[in-house]
Amino acid sequence: MRQIEVQTIIAAVKNAAITANYEQDEDMLAAFARGEKEEESPAGREIFRQLLENARIAREERIPLCQDCGLAVIFAEVGQEVHFVGGDFEAALQEGVRQGYREGNLRKSLCHPLTRQNTGDNTPAIIHTDIVPGDRLKLLVVSKGGGSENGSRLFMLKPAEGLAGIKDKVVATVAEAGPNVCPPMIVGVGIGGNFERSALLAKKALLRPLSDSHPDKELAALEKELLTAINDLGIGPSGLGGRLTALGVKVLMQPCHIASLPVAINIQCHSSRHQEVVL
Amino acid sequence: MSKQVRLIPPLTDEMVKTLVMGDQVLVSGVIYTARDAAHKRLMELLDAGKQLPVDFKGQILYYVGPSPARPGRVIGAAGPTTSTRMDVYTPTMLKLGLKAMIGKGKRSLEVLAALQEFTAVYLGATGGAGALISKCIKAAEVVAFPDLGPEAIHRLEVENLPTIVINDCHGGDLYELGRREYARGR
Repeated sequence: MRQIEVQTIIAAVKNAAITANYEQDEDMLAAFARGEKEEESPAGREIFRQLLENARIAREERIPLCQDCGLAVIFAEVGQEVHFVGGDFEAALQEGVRQGYREGNLRKSLCHPLTRQNTGDNTPAIIHTDIVPGDRLKLLVVSKGGGSENGSRLFMLKPAEGLAGIKDKVVATVAEAGPNVCPPMIVGVGIGGNFERSALLAKKALLRPLSDSHPDKELAALEKELLTAINDLGIGPSGLGGRLTALGVKVLMQPCHIASLPVAINIQCHSSRHQEVVL
Repeated sequence: MSKQVRLIPPLTDEMVKTLVMGDQVLVSGVIYTARDAAHKRLMELLDAGKQLPVDFKGQILYYVGPSPARPGRVIGAAGPTTSTRMDVYTPTMLKLGLKAMIGKGKRSLEVLAALQEFTAVYLGATGGAGALISKCIKAAEVVAFPDLGPEAIHRLEVENLPTIVINDCHGGDLYELGRREYARGR
């Protein structure tokens, strides 16, 4: 068994949360730069220019990219030959988030659902753990904004609605969300599984590199078709009208029950913030 | 055609009437912040017949919950939040004399009607440009509900905060116009 000290995990999560909120990743910066050139709408081009400038200021002057520093979501892949020592694994992840949001001057955006009392330290983070072969620990720390999460939807379709039904729901969800979710957006689509798995697939789809396409040919074609349909809506950057409403559509799919066709649409604003650490 | 305008509160009906959807508006001077939690508190004060902590007559309200300021800085990131969460409270605020709101995203039909009825304007700031907008904020202080943390009402002094007129007091809707101009097929 390979031993990993939980103190190492705390420090890794802390640093990942801070970096994610101050340094826009290259994938997104490249998409903004492309958008500034290719967007037909002048107002839309100006939004891309502002986003590039925003990313520069955030990195150089240490101001978070967005005031909504997000709810922290951590995807942990734990090698089955790893042994955690010095404390509790999940408590370490939470402590990393707590320290990162405090020391990084990040906004604490979690509250009691009914009293709306802020928890004060941006915990509890949402943690998804998978046990995988090997002796490594991979952590993906995501800061997910509330606005784009609010525009996300889950549908339990009838199997008869099929692929056409899925496409309709994806496009309708984006049309309804419109300017509210800070376009240009990324659209994660989870197809199949069950009620909760479809949502998780949609969220995991958002973590794929922006520039990739699905290894399955048919799903790659579906992603392309959905991207065109979404961009034909005309919503554009910031909702001011334009060609680039979405920068990418990412689909993940798995088998579902013979009675069901779950489809979840998770929207990611242009402030896509995640950091991966391998220990 | 859209024009560039500099806006400094307090605003009059005449000033609001000159603003048309698509106009680029640089906001300077003193503005106030409030998100839905602060709006709810304001409504509770009104219901109880108590005085509000701020006189909103002629003022501009910015829907923002800033991130904490680093030591020595005025404020952290400070981009707009989604305005629709305030929709239910907005007609009451406009009745009190509020003249402009800065946020992002669509407003309800009730708010759009109230903008015309009370001669007010809805300005959009760029969602997610929190660091960029932070640079326009020269001073910040909490003036009400400090227990709400980032959701407290702040008094901000801003300089050339970049916004665009989304909904004017004449029924203009830039989101609708922009979308239609670039929509294809379907």
